[in-house]
Amino acid sequence: MGDAVEITGLVKRFGSVTAVDGLDLKMPRGGLLALLGPNGAGKTTTVEICEGFVRPDEGTVRVLGLDPRRDGTALRPRIGVMPQGGGAYPGVRAEEMLGLVAACAADPLDPAWLLDVLGLGGARRTPFKRLSGGQQQRLSLACALVGRPELVFLDEPTAGMDPQARRLVWDLLEALRADGVSVLLTTHLMEEAETLADDIVIVDRGRVIAQGSPSALTAEHADDAQLRFRARPGLDTELLSAALPEGYLVRESAPGAYRVAGIVDPQVVSTVTAWCAQQGVLAEELHVGKRDLEEVFLELTGRELRT
Amino acid sequence: MTTTPSAGRPRFAPGTFTPAPGSGRRGRMLLTHARVETSLTLRHGEQILLTLLIPLALLVGLSLLDILPTEGSLARVDWITPRILALAVMSSAFTGQAIALGFDRRYGVLKRLSATALPRWLLVAGRLAAALVVVALQVVVLGAVAALLGWAPSLSGAAYGVVLLVAGTLSFGALGVLLGGSLRPELVLALANLVWFVLLLAGGILLAPATLPGAAGDIVALLPSGALAEGLRAALTEGTVSWRPLAVLAAWGAVAAALATRTTRLT
Repeated sequence: MGDAVEITGLVKRFGSVTAVDGLDLKMPRGGLLALLGPNGAGKTTTVEICEGFVRPDEGTVRVLGLDPRRDGTALRPRIGVMPQGGGAYPGVRAEEMLGLVAACAADPLDPAWLLDVLGLGGARRTPFKRLSGGQQQRLSLACALVGRPELVFLDEPTAGMDPQARRLVWDLLEALRADGVSVLLTTHLMEEAETLADDIVIVDRGRVIAQGSPSALTAEHADDAQLRFRARPGLDTELLSAALPEGYLVRESAPGAYRVAGIVDPQVVSTVTAWCAQQGVLAEELHVGKRDLEEVFLELTGRELRT
Repeated sequence: MTTTPSAGRPRFAPGTFTPAPGSGRRGRMLLTHARVETSLTLRHGEQILLTLLIPLALLVGLSLLDILPTEGSLARVDWITPRILALAVMSSAFTGQAIALGFDRRYGVLKRLSATALPRWLLVAGRLAAALVVVALQVVVLGAVAALLGWAPSLSGAAYGVVLLVAGTLSFGALGVLLGGSLRPELVLALANLVWFVLLLAGGILLAPATLPGAAGDIVALLPSGALAEGLRAALTEGTVSWRPLAVLAAWGAVAAALATRTTRLT
């Protein structure tokens, strides 16, 4: 059996903008692949090409062994799609919309059950436009799953969801994988990718810049361990650097979140805590370990906000 | 980072999502799609205003008041009712349809549905089936009110009237898809209302083509609005079966459908 998704040399331009620039990707059947990348990296374009909505300029795309545009009629019944935002009549009731998508499938899941599972049982008769953002996302996810697809494409499935809903969706994704459904999702949540994915592909400017399992990615890009801690924002990191031996770099990566890069030995930990004590602050959540996926991601894609 | 979902308590029984893909039955898809489209139209306040309240107001007003030139001895209600039925078809199958389609594209509805097993032709067929249901309801309501006002249509032309109503719905529906399927929704909204207004006044609906000066009458009879209004009038007042209006409607529908298959975009 071939791969669920196989992309080689994919290029897509919109006018003068090259959205996808020679992208290669392979996703085995039954796998869960997370596509990460800054906004505008080409994730959605890539997914929409796989779904057959966008025609590629160059390269080949095979989804379940089929060409999404040429063999769309054969492919569509086999895949589930959750587009980014929208995807329903403003006035349609949740149960009507899911019922309509279910009617398109040969052996759908019970729509009423699926609405209940996704916490939409009470919003059955609510028009789409009056659902909250998170509820709309859950309905859209239900539409992607109701036809019992072999492969689902989820474009930012947990965007706009509260933590409870997010956890529910993660449970669902685990269940999909356990039942042999292939899942390709895009996300901005590193935790989501790190916890769920078998494979992570990081794209930037339309190209794959890193890929591998979550543990391989964090290990590969961590030459040495680092020490992280939280304290009040605005500590003088240069002063702390000066207190440490040569070669250690201290950064405040987010307000109140500090990272000390370099070889972390007991002496370094002691110096850091002692320095904090001198400043009269408590170093909380002190943690020594390899870098997390977010660090790797920022390292690879840069820290500047894209405009 | 160490959170594992479902911490030991699986929420879903194994096998719940085991793939079983496949296409639904076409009849069921068409029925469900048409039913959703119909309910959405009937629930939509502006659509009701356009498709029912305005035609009703015109029907009542123009039957009771002597404003428009009618023909000879014909009762005003007998003259105006077929024209109002033509207006009703144009309002729902063309203007309402175009606007709804324009905004459905904006909201990603077409993309959502075309990501399912629903074939592309069914996307249009479902909408047209819904338009036929809505027109049937309009005809029942408008016909009942006209009957209260004393409308006495020619029964011999009634069957042909139904044929014309169906042809008019399909033809205007194709034009509505052509307009609503290619432009930005705001532009669709403006154009669909403008065309509606122009055709109402000058397209052979309120004014009979024969009463227009010079060649204007001949041109108006070739418009879908003029053809439908005149065809219905001839069928429902005189019982006349004239194939010309049907041919005009068929031609407009065929051209619009052919163009729409090239220009309609999902988003």
